[in-house]
Amino acid sequence: MDSESKKVVLDPLVDNNPITLQVLGVCSALAVTTTLAASLMMCFALTLVVACSNASISMIRDHVPSSIRIIVQMTIIASLVIVVDQLLKAFAYDTAKQLSVFVGLIITNCIVLGRAEAFAMKNPPGVSFLDGLGNGLGYSAVLIIVGTLRELFGSGTLLGYTILPTVNDGGWYYTNGMMLLPPSAFFIIGLMIWGVRTWKPKQVEKADYRIHEMHRPEAG
Amino acid sequence: MEAALSLFVKAVFIENLALAFFLGMCTFLAVSKKIETAIGLGTAVVVVQAITVPVNNLIFQFLLAGGALAWIGLPDVDLSFLGLICYIGVIAAMVQILEMLLDRYFPALYNALGVFLPLITVNCAILGGSLFMVERDYDFGESVVYGVGSGVGWALAITALAGIREKLKYSDVPEGLQGLGITFITVGLMSLGFMAFSGIQL
Repeated sequence: MDSESKKVVLDPLVDNNPITLQVLGVCSALAVTTTLAASLMMCFALTLVVACSNASISMIRDHVPSSIRIIVQMTIIASLVIVVDQLLKAFAYDTAKQLSVFVGLIITNCIVLGRAEAFAMKNPPGVSFLDGLGNGLGYSAVLIIVGTLRELFGSGTLLGYTILPTVNDGGWYYTNGMMLLPPSAFFIIGLMIWGVRTWKPKQVEKADYRIHEMHRPEAG
Repeated sequence: MEAALSLFVKAVFIENLALAFFLGMCTFLAVSKKIETAIGLGTAVVVVQAITVPVNNLIFQFLLAGGALAWIGLPDVDLSFLGLICYIGVIAAMVQILEMLLDRYFPALYNALGVFLPLITVNCAILGGSLFMVERDYDFGESVVYGVGSGVGWALAITALAGIREKLKYSDVPEGLQGLGITFITVGLMSLGFMAFSGIQL
């Protein structure tokens, strides 16, 4: 793999992560991460859709009038999501049930449409496919971390296997019930963003209003 | 009547689309810096949600569900796999029609909502509302109530968040947490607050 395509794939993992930096596709990242199995399934579905949609949109990019491009993109994405949805229902019915409406919601996942608009409309199919793959993986990285933390501390298991034996089963670990509730996902992602930005200070946002400079000149 | 009221309260508070199901998060986080814009977007979501959920309900009942095509002599056809593409089509079309109607008859409202209307097509709260409606098998009346209720719930949540963020501007947030990070944590705390509604039985 040459350095150009390597950059396209690896860039979205940390440096330009779709969730922590671009704030795209947050909805499903929060909702499906109660168990690791569901998160993995969601990552697989999303990566497949975003890579394929990027490739197909890029193939027809020169033939679509710009006034109707959004609806064309939506149609392509919706068809791909239907295919993925049917595949999941056929081969992994239980997990598909657990994901409920969130597979369908990949259609409105901003990562897919965002990459189609920002990348696939301007670049050839091969490199667009790689860009889709990279963004899918960046999304997956966040989902897998959040899913692991929530399942491990929420129910003491990973992929259904017991890691921390819980008190109810005669072990020592008191489960943290909040990890299974929706708010914990916000806290985990919020803290993750903090971590990433401490590591890569370039991503820090400017404050709208600096208290130090305004009211405590000696501190600034 | 009582059932409808209970469904409405459930849709607004207990099953709040933004804070309990995380739908429409992208716009929720991006457009909540000012209260006025948040109210504008919230109103647009209520209107679109109140129209699209019932319309998708009709489409599902009379065109897509298994056996729904019996009225043109095709009782064995089940088109429900086409659901996703139909719902998103309806949403995109509705948003477009609404935009034209508002432009023609209510220019003041159109100017107020203007920029937010196109954004709504890709708001997962709208598609999510329709998908929940199908999954839970609501009838037409229930879908109207659910559409309005879930829209109001979302509007309430984004307005509340915008209020908090306006105040937050003056707090001393650590460097790396500035902006997106602290917003996530704020929303988490709000979501914890809304969980208090979950015990309410109507």
